[in-house]
Amino acid sequence: MTLEWIGDALLLLVVLPAVVYLLHGVLRAARNIVPSVRQIAGAAQAGSRDLDAVPLLLTTQDQVIKTVETAANYGGSLDVIVDDA
Amino acid sequence: MPAAGVVMIVAVVLIVAALVVYLVSTILALRQITEGLDEAIAGVGEIIEKTAPVGEVVGTINRNLDAGVDLLEGLLVKKAGLEDAVGLIDGLYPDAVGAGLRNFPDSATIRAPRIGEVYTKGTLTLARLGREAPIAAASPAGPALRDPGYGSRAARALYPEGRPVQGAPSLPRSPVIGSDSPVQYPERGDGADAGAV
Repeated sequence: MTLEWIGDALLLLVVLPAVVYLLHGVLRAARNIVPSVRQIAGAAQAGSRDLDAVPLLLTTQDQVIKTVETAANYGGSLDVIVDDA
Repeated sequence: MPAAGVVMIVAVVLIVAALVVYLVSTILALRQITEGLDEAIAGVGEIIEKTAPVGEVVGTINRNLDAGVDLLEGLLVKKAGLEDAVGLIDGLYPDAVGAGLRNFPDSATIRAPRIGEVYTKGTLTLARLGREAPIAAASPAGPALRDPGYGSRAARALYPEGRPVQGAPSLPRSPVIGSDSPVQYPERGDGADAGAV
């Protein structure tokens, strides 16, 4: 009978608090992850929105090609007009 | 049932209840994490999809710009000479000459002549703006002063009747000047030009 009471005491005073403490730690860690994950998701979506202008690079590419072609034509004319050093 | 058995059952029930409460709460938190990660993965996927062509496009832009730099550097050095080219760059962009011209490694060691002090600041500013050049059509400083599509109009205005061909009467020659020139121009006191004697 005494051993049973000792077992009860262990369960109530040691095992139950330990279980509650450990599970509470796990739950607190999991809940701390949630806002971080939401921030990551928001940052990813904002980054994706920022990249909506990427197709404009094609326009930049075309403009660069035209500009270099114009510079090449202008340089070719200068090469004919201006004497070499 | 003895009292110790009842207490043990109560203790076990309490432990199981604590397990259930905390594990269910943890499961709910993990589900929220999963939903957040799904949103993040979707956003990252969009980023990957949108940035896929960037490398190729930027590479093409860089290749074209490299060709333009090679062209302009070569033309500048060909026409002005390496030393004066460095001096001109130094006059326009004082901090840029330290790196030298990309295709002319010797340019980094050349002491730049002070072209910026010889020519007026306005001349160099005009050269920097480049508004006389057709390339300035895309310049943020404003539209080009000269229409690149009709750039030869001003030159053709010099010979409205057509350029003189070989065998045509030659144009008057430039006057010979100097103390032994056939036509002497006496010096005037007010410094104005005088007629031939």
